Amino acid sequence: MPSLKDLKIRINSVKSTQKITSAMKMVAAARLRRAQEQAEAARPYSERMDRMIASLAGRAARGPALLSGTGSQDRHLVVVMTADRGLCGGFNSSIARAARARIAELEGEGRSVNVFCIGRKGRDQLRRDHASLIVDTIEGVTQRGVEFASASEIGGRLIRMFEEGAFDVCTLIYNRFQSAMTQIVTLQQVIPAPVPDQEGDAGGGLYEYEPDEEEILVDLLPRNVATQVYSALLENTASEHGARMTAMDNATRNAGDMIDDLTLTYNRTRQAYITKELIEIISGAEAL
Amino acid sequence: MADETTLFELVSPERLLLSRQVGMVVVPGSEGLFGVLPRHAPLISTLVPGVIDVYEEGAVIDRIFIAGGFAEVTEDRCTVLAEAAVPVDEIDLAATERRIVDLGEELKNLSGAEAEQMTARIEEQERLLEAMRVATA
Repeated sequence: MPSLKDLKIRINSVKSTQKITSAMKMVAAARLRRAQEQAEAARPYSERMDRMIASLAGRAARGPALLSGTGSQDRHLVVVMTADRGLCGGFNSSIARAARARIAELEGEGRSVNVFCIGRKGRDQLRRDHASLIVDTIEGVTQRGVEFASASEIGGRLIRMFEEGAFDVCTLIYNRFQSAMTQIVTLQQVIPAPVPDQEGDAGGGLYEYEPDEEEILVDLLPRNVATQVYSALLENTASEHGARMTAMDNATRNAGDMIDDLTLTYNRTRQAYITKELIEIISGAEAL
Repeated sequence: MADETTLFELVSPERLLLSRQVGMVVVPGSEGLFGVLPRHAPLISTLVPGVIDVYEEGAVIDRIFIAGGFAEVTEDRCTVLAEAAVPVDEIDLAATERRIVDLGEELKNLSGAEAEQMTARIEEQERLLEAMRVATA
């Protein structure tokens, strides 16, 4: 039978764990709200940019390489976006799993793959079996909120690598935020830019272009890469906080259950000790 | 014609900054300033650093400095995707000057391709500063 003191120590330790998890849940909830607002606010820009690209892409006969590709599909760059920190349920693992599946699929097709990690956890998980593929890692982007400047720096780096001929196709892997409970792992190709559907092209062909289509595209496409990275980062941050909130909520509840169990055992043990002592006293008295 | 308006939207990567009905906007296109009135022909243009003038009933009601971007004009709408936007009277020349000095310091420690990029960034900032000077003059 465990001693009362041991039980007391365990109860206290679980209680302080519960305090920490519930505080983390609160912090995640606040951050989630902010991240969601930010993602919401950034939507108009990317929507309008998509619209412009759709109308331009249909018109430019031979677009720049960022749009039309290099003519080859052989070398892939997979950008794996994860969090820098753990304790957020299956958030990081689900991305790492999707990344591994993607790498295996591409390698199975005989293509070469490189990995670019954003966020420390993704690198830590992929390093085990794909260390040689990781070309670079960026950490701390999402530490203090996502800024467009950092997204455009990452975008610039991707474009530079593309121009130096390091890869043909670039895909982002991140978690799209649906709710605090569910995040959807998303693969999104950014280079060459996928051309949005031309169905709503009613007025598209009628635009005048200044200077001309190609020059606008040369300006617009790098911006578009940055914008896509930015919105992926925002979605990912919102997902991270959502996942952490849910995970910490569960942890808090589990800690509560555990405290209840332990308290019950503690009380039972205490009573057993008292009974035992009483029996000892009574039988001692009777023996006299 | 006088009571006709067009929807003017100013969007930065972070958020929708402005969305309102206006009489006319003048936008710094890369091939020169152009004014957008209701029923303007559809147009997509790149923008250079400069000032957007928002007109209502023939008078300027708002002046906004942008650091370049894109404009999409349709018959009833003018959307500006700006890289950065500040009202003209909040332009901070000193901050931009400081940034140029800082970047110059960084440049001293770089070489090769990185130095080239840094030089390009400094030039970009200098163009921005120049446009800001013109805007505030």
